[in-house]
Amino acid sequence: MEKMQCKCGHVNPPGTILCESCGRSLTEEEQNKKLADMRYEGTARRSQTYNKSIIDKIWNFFSSVKVGVSIIVLLLIAAAIGTILPQAQYVNVPVRNDATIKAYYADVYGEIGKIYHFLGFHDLYSSAWFIILVGMLAISLIVASLDRFVPLYRSLKNQRVLRHPSFMNKQRIYAEGPAPEDSMQKAEEKLKALKYKVTLDKNGLLAEKGRFSRWGPYVNHIGLIIFLFGVMLRMMPGFYVDETLWIREGETRAIPDAPGYFLENKNFTMETYTGEGEDAKFEEAIDRVGSVAKNYQTDIVLYQTPEESLPGATDEIEEVKEHAIRVNQPLKFDGYAVYQMDFRQNELRAMTFDLTNKETEESLGSLTIDLVNPEKSYDLGNDTRVDLLGYYPDFSGFENGEPQTETPIPNNPGFLVRMFTPETPDGEVSFIVIQNTIEPLGENQYKLTFQNAETRDVSGLTIRKDSTLPILGLGGLIFMIGVAQGMYFNHRRFWIQRQEDGGLVLAGHTNKNWYGLKKDLDQVSEFASLPPYIDQQEEIEKQEKLKKEQKLEGDELS
Amino acid sequence: MTMAELSSNLLYVAFVAYLIATFVFGGAVRGNKEGSFKSEGRWGKVAFVITLIGFFSHLGYFITRWSATGHAPLSNMFEFTTAFGMTLVGGFIILYLLYKTPVLGMIVLPVALLIIAFASMFPSEVSPLIPALQTNWLAIHVSTVVIAEGILAISAGAGLVYLLKVVDMNKKSKQRFWLEAIMYSLVVVMGFVIASSYFSLTGYQADFTYVNKDGNESSITYNMPPLVGMNEYTSLTEGAMEPFFETPAIINASKITTVLWSFFVGTILYWLIRLVARRRIAAIFKPFVKNVSLQLMDEINYRAVIIGFPLFTLGALIFAMIWAQIAWSRFWGWDPKEVWALITWLFYAAYLHLRLGKGWHGEKSAWLGVVGFAIIMFNLVAVNLIIAGLHSYA
Repeated sequence: MEKMQCKCGHVNPPGTILCESCGRSLTEEEQNKKLADMRYEGTARRSQTYNKSIIDKIWNFFSSVKVGVSIIVLLLIAAAIGTILPQAQYVNVPVRNDATIKAYYADVYGEIGKIYHFLGFHDLYSSAWFIILVGMLAISLIVASLDRFVPLYRSLKNQRVLRHPSFMNKQRIYAEGPAPEDSMQKAEEKLKALKYKVTLDKNGLLAEKGRFSRWGPYVNHIGLIIFLFGVMLRMMPGFYVDETLWIREGETRAIPDAPGYFLENKNFTMETYTGEGEDAKFEEAIDRVGSVAKNYQTDIVLYQTPEESLPGATDEIEEVKEHAIRVNQPLKFDGYAVYQMDFRQNELRAMTFDLTNKETEESLGSLTIDLVNPEKSYDLGNDTRVDLLGYYPDFSGFENGEPQTETPIPNNPGFLVRMFTPETPDGEVSFIVIQNTIEPLGENQYKLTFQNAETRDVSGLTIRKDSTLPILGLGGLIFMIGVAQGMYFNHRRFWIQRQEDGGLVLAGHTNKNWYGLKKDLDQVSEFASLPPYIDQQEEIEKQEKLKKEQKLEGDELS
Repeated sequence: MTMAELSSNLLYVAFVAYLIATFVFGGAVRGNKEGSFKSEGRWGKVAFVITLIGFFSHLGYFITRWSATGHAPLSNMFEFTTAFGMTLVGGFIILYLLYKTPVLGMIVLPVALLIIAFASMFPSEVSPLIPALQTNWLAIHVSTVVIAEGILAISAGAGLVYLLKVVDMNKKSKQRFWLEAIMYSLVVVMGFVIASSYFSLTGYQADFTYVNKDGNESSITYNMPPLVGMNEYTSLTEGAMEPFFETPAIINASKITTVLWSFFVGTILYWLIRLVARRRIAAIFKPFVKNVSLQLMDEINYRAVIIGFPLFTLGALIFAMIWAQIAWSRFWGWDPKEVWALITWLFYAAYLHLRLGKGWHGEKSAWLGVVGFAIIMFNLVAVNLIIAGLHSYA
């Protein structure tokens, strides 16, 4: 396609509708219109100009508002369907893998669940088609913005003060007629007082205000693109850490994915509202629901290995700080944050037994078994001792006569012991679990009698590092600025020209809020005695309405 | 009088004031017999003053309750919904000051009344905050959201007035059906209020045990006569009615029962109104809206979105994400409430693109405004009560 030269001499890019410089209509279609199409200043948008190559077609597809809105609506509907059944991440299955999740949906929700799972709605937001839709939205944001912004920017930069009469009289706000000689100066003065930027050229004047509001939509789209870019970045390794750390009271552990940092759990607290004292006002609510949690808290000490020490060495760690991690009050250090997320109360720590004679119930002494680091043998003095032959922290039953443990956590400890006393110097073997004792090698004279247990709490902490947060924040900020810029300001322009016969011609345009524009013009008109203006859009609408009514009356008559 | 009592009395005053103002606004726009509207301005002003009294009383409720509980009263279904009623009226006040439109008051105030009545069906005693809510972000995030939603709802109010005027109620059409459906749904909410009030005043209770979806025995208390039974239920209350049928374990039959009762009472009420008025409810409003400027309603519809959308973005997405990052360690977790906030946002984004890019003004815009309100209400009611998630504090 060729460049379009206007009668005024300005060379416009192919596809231009209104000359960038003087505003003459360049197409026949435009020439026949009563009002000029000012949406993008009559500029040549790529999408409206080229439609030959495959690239043109793709460009045109993504630059269309219709396509953009369709993508938004598809995302909206998909997201809505995604909330009908719970997402896989919130589903409780004993063992988490693809098969159990699939089975869960089929078992609990039947046919609907199967279809839901098949279409990927159970993990909607990681499903390929959802991500592709979001990607298409991002492309649409970029293409549609460029398609409009570039020519609009060119046009507003190139605009001339003096416009062709055919441009002036096709503006929605238009006036012509005689006016006093000082009108131009007075109009200039008043427009300046109203904070318009006024440019003069020969017999003409251009007053402009709030051009930056035209960039609002593009600015907010840039914000959204930055946000989506930040979200994409999270998928790259290193930008994002998400780890879980279970830590028992009294333990010191390395913080996963935070090299050189250690955490000591000093104490875990869980409180509920009592309904007394300060909480008395909540009594009724507490009675209704049973119990309400007040606080989950882990008191910790953060340690760091000195820089010069060997990696993995824990003996010379230095205290960094103490902190009480509570919900809404994570521990923060070096870009990391540690959150209170979960807990287990009363995990067994140690168990105390008495070695007693079954008949006389006489005790020969007691022993305490540390369930984390049990000893091999417990000497009670007087030739009395208990050997720990086997320890099964989470006893789950026998297999081929061998006791088994399911996990290394002391949920259901089992002990295989041999008890030596002066009476039984060869030892008696016994297998002990909570509330049960098995004597595999025949009846014993002695047994271990459970006395008490020591417990402790376990805190479930989450460790996060998210280097994309500043990018997301920036995106959000730019979006908000763009929205405010585009929505709360508008781009108003007036063109005034002195005709050869001494009369004035005036045209006005705004991208939105015509009411505001007219209020400005009313003030200027009054001050500078400008000819009265008309709103051509309203005139056209009035005429159409009149025609319609006449037609209706005609119908009724006939 | 304690602070809590003062608070609930102020809410009561607000309710009565809105009720009176509704009728005065109605009278103002109805005009006199000759059909001249000389008194519209004067009576509109009177109604507006009554609305203001109600609003300040409502605000008084909010402040005194805040001082009674020690935290922003936005922490459960009763508190949030009551505040939503307040911001809805607040939004109306702002737009009334800009455009002086009594007819908007006639539509918005009854909706606010319904919302407050709906709110008071939920437990209203002062309740303590769970750890996740113990932060200033509760006040910042929720109040921004509730203000934004109140203003966005005004867009629907203006849209509704627009539709009441333009939709021809004498000719069968899709528009007539859907407009009447909106009216019917408002009456169903009233049905819910009536049914719950009746059964709670009469102290109805029926206890059942049932088998839940994990196969365990559980118990449940119905506060309305059980139309639908839980999975493999056993009745524990003698003389309680026998449910008509049993539901699978994934469905909470008690909630279904409440919904059915609301529809039942609402439908009776709807047909009563229709029989007495001898026309559709939407048609009853025709004489009240004949003097309405459509252009102005369209402008209010749009203006409310312009103010509400950025506020909603700020409160329901940005502040929400900041808080979620602090409390739950992730700024976004696809919790149903979060998803529906995103859906609302996407919807209004589509509204703006259609209006500014595709020229969807007037009637189309009015329908969109009403649909937006429906989405907001869905997020408030259905997501809290039906789709359980992290935000289900009711």
